[in-house]
Amino acid sequence: MAPANLKFTQTHEWVGLDGSTARFGLTDFAIKQIKDIVYLDLPPAGTAIKAGTPFGAVETVKAAFDLNAPISGKVVAVNTAAVAAADSVAKDPFGSGWLVEVEIAGDSMTGTELSALMDAAAYASFCAKGGHH
Amino acid sequence: MAYIPHTPEDTCAMLKSFGVQQTESLFSTLPDSVRLERYLDLPAGLSEPEAERTIRGILAKNQMPRLSFAGGGAYEHYIPSAVKSIISRGEFLTAYTPYQAEASQGSLQAFYEFQTVVCQLTGLDYANASLYDAGSALAEAVLMAWRVTNHPRVFVAPGLNPLYRRVLETYTSHAGVLLENLPERDGIADFSRVNWENTAAVVVQHPNYLGCLEQVEELAARAKSHGAMTIAVVNPVSLGLLKPPGDWGADIAVGDCQPLGLPLSFGGPYAGFMAVRAELVRKMPGRIVGVTVDKKGRRGFVLTLQAREQHIRREKASSNICSNQALCALAFTVCVALRGGRGLRDMASACAVRARKALERLLRIPGVKRVHNAPFFHEFVLELPFNASAICSDMARHDRIVPGVPLSRFGSARERELIVCATETKSLHDIDELVRGLAGSLGRLKTGGAK
Repeated sequence: MAPANLKFTQTHEWVGLDGSTARFGLTDFAIKQIKDIVYLDLPPAGTAIKAGTPFGAVETVKAAFDLNAPISGKVVAVNTAAVAAADSVAKDPFGSGWLVEVEIAGDSMTGTELSALMDAAAYASFCAKGGHH
Repeated sequence: MAYIPHTPEDTCAMLKSFGVQQTESLFSTLPDSVRLERYLDLPAGLSEPEAERTIRGILAKNQMPRLSFAGGGAYEHYIPSAVKSIISRGEFLTAYTPYQAEASQGSLQAFYEFQTVVCQLTGLDYANASLYDAGSALAEAVLMAWRVTNHPRVFVAPGLNPLYRRVLETYTSHAGVLLENLPERDGIADFSRVNWENTAAVVVQHPNYLGCLEQVEELAARAKSHGAMTIAVVNPVSLGLLKPPGDWGADIAVGDCQPLGLPLSFGGPYAGFMAVRAELVRKMPGRIVGVTVDKKGRRGFVLTLQAREQHIRREKASSNICSNQALCALAFTVCVALRGGRGLRDMASACAVRARKALERLLRIPGVKRVHNAPFFHEFVLELPFNASAICSDMARHDRIVPGVPLSRFGSARERELIVCATETKSLHDIDELVRGLAGSLGRLKTGGAK
């Protein structure tokens, strides 16, 4: 069950705001589909990220999936504990399994980007219908 | 029956997606001089005896040298008979893409052992299952450094074999990589005044194609201090004597397997190797074989880290290579295993000793000088009193001896310079024959007039 304060993309990333920064992660729905995550390819601090574009990848033994940015920003932190033990993300995808933290512009552009995302209720029904865009 | 499943509509849609009108346009980089412009007009088939006779007739036109001191990227070394015997086994010789764990444990184990040998020789952490040759291995290494660092500039030491340089230029010409040259001083790179800003890597061949040993430790340290990677291009035989690239600061090492187990074969097939530092393994192209256990705890070999490859990542793959030089890599592995560490060291030492003997005796001929002062492994450049190609033709005719490779073959304007290589296959008697032959040739060209 996804926390109510987060916003969601159609490609199953979540974003949670905290003042001038935001955290991104993968939802439990995505992780259940992917099954065994063996590697996380995340960008270094300082990387500029644009909403809707890939900022990294999650790999299983036989497949790789792009991680798409929910909103734009600049990477200020990467969850190195998750990178060191990729399978740990599945244990707490909305909490300790966060992937990157970004500094956001916090202006009207951020507002526009956020309004294009689904809230928890919309995401829940999106998943119930299959979760495909 | 048509073997191509595309309809004209499929073809049109594909071409349109990258802005091209006709399939013909995709071949626009081919020069007119190599285009056939007509259908193939093959003669009727020959019977086996007719075919054998025809081929023998063609082979009879070859003039084989009695003795060769040619190097310059491909080297004459003794290949133990066991190599040919093992690679001739049907299981290896005729296997087609043997990467499935359920069908090819023998091949996968061989590739795993190849990777292990490459790591042991280069002193680096991970190797792939081989690439096509040193040139393409270098190109892949440069593209890798560019992907990892996100910087466009790559410095190339002047001693990089010009043939590898051309392959590198072809691979990088549309990729956004900017190749820049380091200046040369006495046959090696001069990196005293380099602007390292936005540099992904420096490429240094060691020993270089002129035979000289570069100041690799200082160069790698300098590159590292500016955030650039060091890509080493190395001769595996030289690693029997020289410090391995992993120990002197290289991040990636590439080279050709040819000197250990592969005949010269007029240029190929050879095999390229690549080894990298641990943190770069997920960015490395090529097949990688790993060892694991099955559900009964039995050891097995499998392809691993496949999520780098194009059958999974498509256009985001680290490379489009999805194969290896299986048979050539096997020949290399068998050859190194047979020689062993001590054997490889003895072989390298013998090369170094013979080359020094050759140089010492060649320098006694009046008019013959060594061009560089830098230390060398088993090759060196001589300056001769006359055009080096003319001397080579004269010695081929008169003595059936190849004294070396003229530098002009690599596009140099220095027509009187010759790269001479002496491997462990050259006895002191052979060296004396070379010296006599060269002295004789110089005498003939002097009286006949310089060309």
